Amino acid sequence: MYKFLARRLLATIPVLAIVAVLVFLMLRLTPGDPAAILAGDAANTEQIAKIREGLGLDRPLIVQFGIWAKDILSGDLGESFYFKMKVTSLIGQRLEATVSLATLTIIFAVFTAVPLGVLAAWRFGGWFDRMLMGFSVMGFSIPVFVLAYILIWIVSLKLGWLPVQGYKPISEGFWPFLRHLILPAITLSVIYIALIARVTRASVLEALGEDYIRTARAKGLPESRVLIRHALANAAVPIVTVIGIGIALLIGGVVVTESVYAIPGLGRLTVDAVLARDFPTIQGVILFFSAVYVVVNLLVDLSYVFFDPRIRY
Amino acid sequence: MAIPNPGDAGRGKIDESLSTESADVVRHESAWERARRSWSVRIGGTVLLILLFIAIAAPWLGTVDPTLFDAGSRDLTPGKEGEITTLDGEAIKHKFIMGSDSFGRDIYSRVLYGTRVSLIVGAFSAAVALLFGIVLGLMSGYVRWLDGPLMRVMDGIMAIPAILIAIALVAMFRASVLSVIIAIAIPEIPRVTRLVRSLVLTIREEPYVEAAISLGTPAWKIMGFHILPNTVAPLLVQGTYICAFGILVEAILSFLGVGLPPDIPTWGNIMSEGRSQFVSFPHNVFFPGLFLAATVLAVNILGDGLRDTLDPKMARRT
Repeated sequence: MYKFLARRLLATIPVLAIVAVLVFLMLRLTPGDPAAILAGDAANTEQIAKIREGLGLDRPLIVQFGIWAKDILSGDLGESFYFKMKVTSLIGQRLEATVSLATLTIIFAVFTAVPLGVLAAWRFGGWFDRMLMGFSVMGFSIPVFVLAYILIWIVSLKLGWLPVQGYKPISEGFWPFLRHLILPAITLSVIYIALIARVTRASVLEALGEDYIRTARAKGLPESRVLIRHALANAAVPIVTVIGIGIALLIGGVVVTESVYAIPGLGRLTVDAVLARDFPTIQGVILFFSAVYVVVNLLVDLSYVFFDPRIRY
Repeated sequence: MAIPNPGDAGRGKIDESLSTESADVVRHESAWERARRSWSVRIGGTVLLILLFIAIAAPWLGTVDPTLFDAGSRDLTPGKEGEITTLDGEAIKHKFIMGSDSFGRDIYSRVLYGTRVSLIVGAFSAAVALLFGIVLGLMSGYVRWLDGPLMRVMDGIMAIPAILIAIALVAMFRASVLSVIIAIAIPEIPRVTRLVRSLVLTIREEPYVEAAISLGTPAWKIMGFHILPNTVAPLLVQGTYICAFGILVEAILSFLGVGLPPDIPTWGNIMSEGRSQFVSFPHNVFFPGLFLAATVLAVNILGDGLRDTLDPKMARRT
């Protein structure tokens, strides 16, 4: 187990290193002087010269990367010229909103999609199954922001049940916090539900064809127990895997959702940074999101041991 | 699912019954024939053809120049009559079927012209991703020493969420149709590369490839004539999904204000301009949104149909 853990951890290092190289090269390949770009439009020549020196732009590319990588490893993602602060503290500030939104979305999506997928597999080929598959194709196709506006129009404007936009931190009370996040979380979860429900259905369907299901039914176990303890439990690994892979979709969705609902999170920060061509922030956010994605999938791999006792590392 | 097309009915049979050689040969339907009879392919394909027609015929479908505006026709609700000033400065009567935006531009014309950008970006981002994916995949599957490093780079790209790559690339190179296409295609290249590589690794173990190798066929010929033709079906399926994704991402980029310049009518741009007035005039957001959702849905349904008929192995996987 520990040996596997060590190996798996080591395997993530090259991936993250390549991500770092790509993000590093991104700025160097941009037409124009990287120092001027990093300093922003409002910078004077003195500031630009200072940044140029810090980046070591006169030195070979590999040395420049070394300087940059050393900064990142020591937890320094540079300075945002647009927000006038450290990128790391900027990310820290925006983290709460995004983590809250993502957590709520994941909880909502998993608790909706898994039962739906199990039911569809149970009644394979029936109307419920076909309806869910139809919903799943639609869930993949409807753009997040179109869905967001439809929901805002119906729930907030016509029915007046929930606020249109905005965010309240949890420190201002749980209910206001939740009220502002319900619509964004539903919006964001639709594509995620479509993905998880599809995989749940497929893997439960496969499990239902196994001999032990027939045995369980023959023993006279109630159908619910057969479905949950026997079929779903054995179908868990692909489901957990897709939840991990889906984090990438979620991150993409966060960028759009936060923008529509005016939530001051990392997604909104990404868009603001791009609009201001604030490269240190763009680089920092991409590195951060990618690291989260890689780490989540690492945890997913490790969780297989828990979901399937046959797997031993 | 398989409702025979009256025109096709029994045609194959008649031909075969006339031929003595094939009298006792059981005729197997080819994958392409199966695809053509699939309802998903038919519905998705029909909707796409209609959209293609709209894109090409946009000037003749009762539209005006999508960049025209008229201060007197601002914020009209759908169906209202109004005036619009042409480039010659002449005011003509125009019916705003989908209403107008805050500049007094005709949403209907803008939405119809927006079809062009969406279809172009979708088709070309798929083409670019497939092209690079095929080349890199063949190289990775065939050139042993390249395989490791190339796939590690692909792993790295795949670790960055696709939309972030697209947004960052568009931020770097000022947005134009070309840069948007490339920005959308790049994060999709690793998936195509992996697919091609896995196909190459499977196919190159087939006896007919071994036979070709033992006959001294050069590597490029094997790739081009033996391996590539076998990757067409899965790549076509993958291509439709990339196309759907490309249309979606282009709209997202424009909507967020980082995509194509606002003077180009795209569905994302129309929605982006309409969002500030969404509370009072939701039509600015809903009509382009409807077209966008319908287009992506049609491409995805087409993709599902192609997958189920052309690439049953993949269909079983998901």
